[in-house]
Amino acid sequence: MAFSHRKKEAPTFEFHRPTPGEQLIHFEHLQKAFGAKRVYDDLELDVRAGETLVVLGGSGTGKSVLLKCLIGLQRPDAGRILFQGHDVTGFSEEQFIPVRRNVAMVFQGAALFDSLSVGENVAYPLREHFPDMPLDEVRQRVAEKLALVNLPGTERLMPSDLSGGMKKRVGLARAIATNPEVILWDEPTTGLDPVTTQSINSMINSMKKKLGCTSIVVTHDLVSAFAVGDRMAMLANRRIVQVGTRDEFRRSKVPEVRAFLDARRVELEPGGMS
Amino acid sequence: MSPSAEAEAPEVVEVAAQERPSVVERAKQRLESLGAMTQMTGQVLSRAVRPPFDGAALIFQVETLGVRSLPIALLTATFAGLVISLQFGYFLARFGVQYTVGRVVVLTLFRELAPVLTALTVGARLGSGMAAELGAMTVTEQVDAIRALGADPLRKLVVPRVLACLLVMPVLTVFADVVGLVAGALVVNAQYAISLDLFFQGALDAVFMMDFVSGVFKGAVFGFIIGLVGCFKGLTVEGGTEGVGRATTQTVAITSVAVCLADFFITKVTLYL
Ligand SMILES: Nc1ncnc2c1ncn2[C@@H]1O[C@H](COP(=O)(O)OP(=O)(O)OP(=O)(O)O)[C@@H](O)[C@H]1O
Ligand SMILES: [Mg+2]
Repeated sequence: MAFSHRKKEAPTFEFHRPTPGEQLIHFEHLQKAFGAKRVYDDLELDVRAGETLVVLGGSGTGKSVLLKCLIGLQRPDAGRILFQGHDVTGFSEEQFIPVRRNVAMVFQGAALFDSLSVGENVAYPLREHFPDMPLDEVRQRVAEKLALVNLPGTERLMPSDLSGGMKKRVGLARAIATNPEVILWDEPTTGLDPVTTQSINSMINSMKKKLGCTSIVVTHDLVSAFAVGDRMAMLANRRIVQVGTRDEFRRSKVPEVRAFLDARRVELEPGGMS
Repeated sequence: MSPSAEAEAPEVVEVAAQERPSVVERAKQRLESLGAMTQMTGQVLSRAVRPPFDGAALIFQVETLGVRSLPIALLTATFAGLVISLQFGYFLARFGVQYTVGRVVVLTLFRELAPVLTALTVGARLGSGMAAELGAMTVTEQVDAIRALGADPLRKLVVPRVLACLLVMPVLTVFADVVGLVAGALVVNAQYAISLDLFFQGALDAVFMMDFVSGVFKGAVFGFIIGLVGCFKGLTVEGGTEGVGRATTQTVAITSVAVCLADFFITKVTLYL
């Protein structure tokens, strides 16, 4: 609804249904800094249609910023981001609207609107992107998405009534309300207990199976990474140091990857934690 | 959590050591933030005058902000009225002209004290409240989520709040005028035995429409400043929960100074109209 009255003539983004395996998203020579703090120097990354790509990286390496650059919430200082060959880097806020309709983000802390009920939260993107959608259809879509994340009938609850895992799932329901092609997951399992983590992992996998979505999952949870990732990428030292399959990662000789995998392995072994 | 926190610790120290910017650096940051605020002001104005308008959000904000601030505004105005009436009554009695107290009080109150004191007390409350609310939304990524879901935070959050402040402050100023004047009349009546009639007669004789209007106009300008600063500080919070605290205290400081500056310039202009 916002912006609908402005810049109708601006070149906008036409998302067409990708064929599985084609290159969907391409980060090219990406650079980003906050003041004196450089986050990426020269970051290159490809995402293929239909895959689940896991981006691994330590705290503060710029995982969230990477996802935010993709939908224009943060702007890179240099380099390009291509969607199906379209350069979206210089897009205005208005031009990003169709991109955001097709690329949904599940935020690290769910980012549910405190003042709105669960149902209103899930309906929010529908009202914004499809202001003409009849109320009945909105209600039906909300119920359908809540059922899909195993929270049927919770429309009237408030976010403060929900546990951390439930919030994440409502955040997912809200993200997929507009039937996006791509889902961005910002640390979907961080801070959750093992059982809830398991259910989130299977949800990521089922989104791929049921909806055919492409996913980018940002995480430092290795168990989850190996459970959902078709391919993996490691973000360290301000760039992507390795991209590859799970097996290539397990056998990796890249020092940053090795250090990351081995540090976590110690943690999981009995007596490993100091 | 703990291993990564340990690993991060040296970096934090390093950043803290770096972050002692020079005077020049800080002046530059201030200027940049002033520029960013000016830019936001323009964006807010252009959105406020173009459809779609969200009347429900505006009414909701007017209600919450108005109700939240009415008690403080009235209390402040009451005591302001009491004190200046006592002071002027005492002072004018020295020259034997205490019967003119109504005239002096009404001018002081309408032109200066009602708008400025209301803006300083209510403004601190409203501004810091908005900074805290929007700041919390910023650090929990709710503002990012608004954008990610296809909406515009300036339209959704800032426009209704700024417009509500713009409407609420002049109304509070009028309330403060009335309440302050009545309180003043009562106290001079008790203290200096000046009849209510005489007090109000003097007040009505002395006051011009322009005096009243200039005070109400000040209220509107102050409201606009308070709304903008509070929202700007909230949306630009950096550094998590701690940042929210910093933003709220900064909002109080900035709105107070800005209100005093604006008061001077508006007075200067309106006195020569
Ligand atoms: N808006 C901002 N302003 C200034 N610095 C920022 C901003 N957003 C992120 N940063 C900095 O950029 C770096 C990368 O941030 P980001 O949030 O992407 O990290 P992350 O990899 O997601 O870490 P985490 O595991 O803590 O979520 C951090 O050092 C952070 O301090
Ligand atoms: Mg993050």
